[in-house]
Amino acid sequence: MNPLRHLAGATVLALCSAGVFAQAPDYQLKARAVAKDTWVIEGANEDFSRQNGCNIINTGFIVTSAGTLVINTGPSRQYGEQQRRLIQRTTSQPVVAVFNLNLHPDYFFGNQAWVDVPSFALPGSRRGMQAEGGAYADNLYKLCGDWMLGTDSTPAALPLEPATRQWGDHQIVLKRLHGHTSDDLVLLDKSTGVVFAGGLVFANRAPTTPHADVAAWLDSLQRLEKEMADLPASVVVPSHGPVDQGRAGLAQTRRYITWLDAALRTAALQGLDLVEAMQLPLPAEFRGFAALEAEFPRSVVHLYPAYEKKALAGDLQK
Amino acid sequence: MAKIAGAVRKTGDKYIVLFQLRSLRRLSETALLALLLGAVGQALAAPSSEDPFQSTQWPQLRQEFLGSGQAVFDARVKVVGPRFADDPMNVPVAVDASALVADGLQVVRMVVVVERNPIRKVLEFMPDGVLPRLAFRFKLEQASPVRVAVLDDRGLWHIGGVQIDASGGGCTVAGATRADGSWSRTLNNVQTRFFQDILGGSAARLRMRIMHPMDTGLVAGIPAFYIEHITLSDPAGRSVLRLALYEPVAENPTFSFDFGSRPRTALQLTGSDNNGNRVAAEVAP
Repeated sequence: MNPLRHLAGATVLALCSAGVFAQAPDYQLKARAVAKDTWVIEGANEDFSRQNGCNIINTGFIVTSAGTLVINTGPSRQYGEQQRRLIQRTTSQPVVAVFNLNLHPDYFFGNQAWVDVPSFALPGSRRGMQAEGGAYADNLYKLCGDWMLGTDSTPAALPLEPATRQWGDHQIVLKRLHGHTSDDLVLLDKSTGVVFAGGLVFANRAPTTPHADVAAWLDSLQRLEKEMADLPASVVVPSHGPVDQGRAGLAQTRRYITWLDAALRTAALQGLDLVEAMQLPLPAEFRGFAALEAEFPRSVVHLYPAYEKKALAGDLQK
Repeated sequence: MAKIAGAVRKTGDKYIVLFQLRSLRRLSETALLALLLGAVGQALAAPSSEDPFQSTQWPQLRQEFLGSGQAVFDARVKVVGPRFADDPMNVPVAVDASALVADGLQVVRMVVVVERNPIRKVLEFMPDGVLPRLAFRFKLEQASPVRVAVLDDRGLWHIGGVQIDASGGGCTVAGATRADGSWSRTLNNVQTRFFQDILGGSAARLRMRIMHPMDTGLVAGIPAFYIEHITLSDPAGRSVLRLALYEPVAENPTFSFDFGSRPRTALQLTGSDNNGNRVAAEVAP
């Protein structure tokens, strides 16, 4: 158990007994209808912070005649509980399944509020959640403080087989792609044309890359576009950033990842050191991205050493 | 190369720091920079006895690592690092003291000290025949000022630094090659390559990676195991550069050295770790 968690708990208790802080922090979650039967709960388009309670993820739910499907459960137990109450207020259809689109903590840390409902993730995502959940918790307790009170990493209970499934009046494609992480689940609702694109798509927001494989990511975006060509896809729900009417977020993410690959390749061929690559100028079209100042240097730290190694060995192609 | 490419010009007995924003994305930092310049303008503008980081332990560390020599805080020693160490086992830093050379001084030695690390001294660099610039990576245990003390040929220490935040733990977990056991197959393998055009003119950069676990001794059951000395020499046996390394240098040490001109002949790299294992390689021009 992380001592910080005890500390966070003790702080809340102290504040409670002083009457300063009468209840758990409230994320003020709101469900926004984006299509028939489909709601999105939008997170702040920012980096993790105590001000936003580390609520930067888009979660959602689809109400079918065979029950409600929940997509992602947010960064904390509190989030999961508040999400559950919001869904109960919005629909009388019981929740029959919870999906975590990848292994990153804000996709599954609310699972604690859903332990009585089957929760699913791709096998590689589940392994990652089990391996890294503790470290994620340490990090989020540090970043978000009291918002995390009572949260323990609770990986998805069941492995998901990619398939096309019918839930009542909704036909849903559960597709396995990869590149943002080694297992990226995408949910395409053929009945409404809504795509929950998970970590593969960021809108007006710098993509995160701690587990990224750039070439696989670009390939997955191409395959996703192909899949969407057969769909009346009108709404793409990105993991982070505003819910985009259309495919602008997908194109943005592709351009950014393409640029990142080319920029780091060129830097390595020129002999730039890591710290110098972190100072590379960013093209104008990305400068409006939320969290760019934090994410770009992080991405260089994640990705540049591989380019450097190849350049040193003379194996890096232009 | 720096976020803020700076230069220092001496007018009379005053130093003026000239900043040049490297790119437009840093526009938001212009305001911050203006504030900083307003707040600590004197400290930045002239070598000063006032510590820009206001560290209470610095006077003692200064004594320990620099001895009784005279020292000033000096913006001509430019130290660039990330604001936050996303990977605390590989924190990149670049040092550039060439502004001292432009002012007629020679750089004899650079000492890098991380104030809040359990092992504070990171390395010493003697740029005998190269430019007084160096980039490398180190392990950071917690948020700390990173100090670079540069000794000139008149015996004065010029102190530059950067504050780096971290969630920490960089010195007290095993490195990747120690964790997977692969270190023993690659121990002291050396890769080097010269790059041109990065600095313009006839200058050249040597990048070097030496495979070594660089164990700090602070992970249970793993004794300290690290490269202690590296020397690069020309065919006549003259030193081109010398490095003394300590435990906090990152696993598989990776360096960038800048040369005034690209060498015409191969250089010899020699060195050893604290277990007596040799490092030896020829560096092709």
